[in-house]
Amino acid sequence: MTVLPYPVAGWIFLIGVYGLVTSRNLIHAVGCLAVTQSSTYVLLLAVGYRDGGTAPVFADAPTDSRVVDPVVQALALTDIVVGATVTALLLALVVQLRKRHGTVDPDALSELKG
Amino acid sequence: MSARARLWIFLVGAAGFAVLFAAACIDLPAFGTVPHPYGVRAVRAALSHHTSNVIASVNFDLRAFDTLGEETILFSAVLGTVVLLRQARDEHRKDPEPAVVHPRVRRFALLTLACALLVGLYVIAHGQISPGGGFQGGVVAATALHLLYIAADYRALERVRPLTLYEIGEAAGEAAYVITGLAAVLAGSAFLANVLPFGTLAALSSGGTVPVLNAAVGLEVTSGIVVLLARFLDQAVEIEEPGEDDGGPWDSGDSGGNGDEQRERA
Repeated sequence: MTVLPYPVAGWIFLIGVYGLVTSRNLIHAVGCLAVTQSSTYVLLLAVGYRDGGTAPVFADAPTDSRVVDPVVQALALTDIVVGATVTALLLALVVQLRKRHGTVDPDALSELKG
Repeated sequence: MSARARLWIFLVGAAGFAVLFAAACIDLPAFGTVPHPYGVRAVRAALSHHTSNVIASVNFDLRAFDTLGEETILFSAVLGTVVLLRQARDEHRKDPEPAVVHPRVRRFALLTLACALLVGLYVIAHGQISPGGGFQGGVVAATALHLLYIAADYRALERVRPLTLYEIGEAAGEAAYVITGLAAVLAGSAFLANVLPFGTLAALSSGGTVPVLNAAVGLEVTSGIVVLLARFLDQAVEIEEPGEDDGGPWDSGDSGGNGDEQRERA
């Protein structure tokens, strides 16, 4: 089946969201969010692939060689950078939550605290 | 909401997503055979600007303005983490104790540190020619510094890592990117336009402003990751939780300030 790589991205997305929904630990939830986001890398790179194409870098390849789509690869790079920094920010939030509320279980965080 | 209800809502939503996504996938062009009009044009544009790494050309030439936005996301995320992980009023700092490291581990880590730092700087400098660039090389260079934590201990890492300098470096990287863009305006072109001479394809000085922007991003990413990791390491090594001596961290369930006062009295 020639469209198989696309459903792989959808499957990774759903696995990640399933983890987010059933998570009982916020660090685990942040990990699941990273998995969910990685589905977009798979989708982007799958869309950009060309049969027989090499990396879009012409340092030692002839300029007329067949390459994969560089635009989606640049988008995947952006995606990874933003994903990593957002993960760091979320983990910092979890550190503070653990300190102020003494728990990282999202279900136990129902009460307000001054 | 109970966990069971939440799971059911997820299953309904997931089933809907799966059906729609599968329908969309079936209509997509077959994997690997798609014509790529934008890809072809991006390659042509990169080659006309003598940038052999087309991805660097897309990020720092064609889409340079978007990369400014991306860099700003990085900048604000690091800023947010610094604010979130600062030392609170009720926490106190403990000096980290010197650790004993096996000489072999130390030698190996120092050797790896030198190699990794060199690789990081190489990847930043050659972003316009070969795979890599400021984002990738910056992460390698920043993590290389932290091998010192393995080679010696936390105090050695703190000595070679004046944090203020890296905080300034992060801001300077962001500023250098904007200034490069404004310089193009002063040169009579558009913001972030590639105004420098393009050089020869696959030479170190090729690509016009691409290596300049790469260096700016490399500086920001290196400094940003160092600052980020420093804050997390501070939390793990130096900052102690309030009331650690008298029985664990704050429990959930006591009602704000009153509970603490009571605990102090007791």
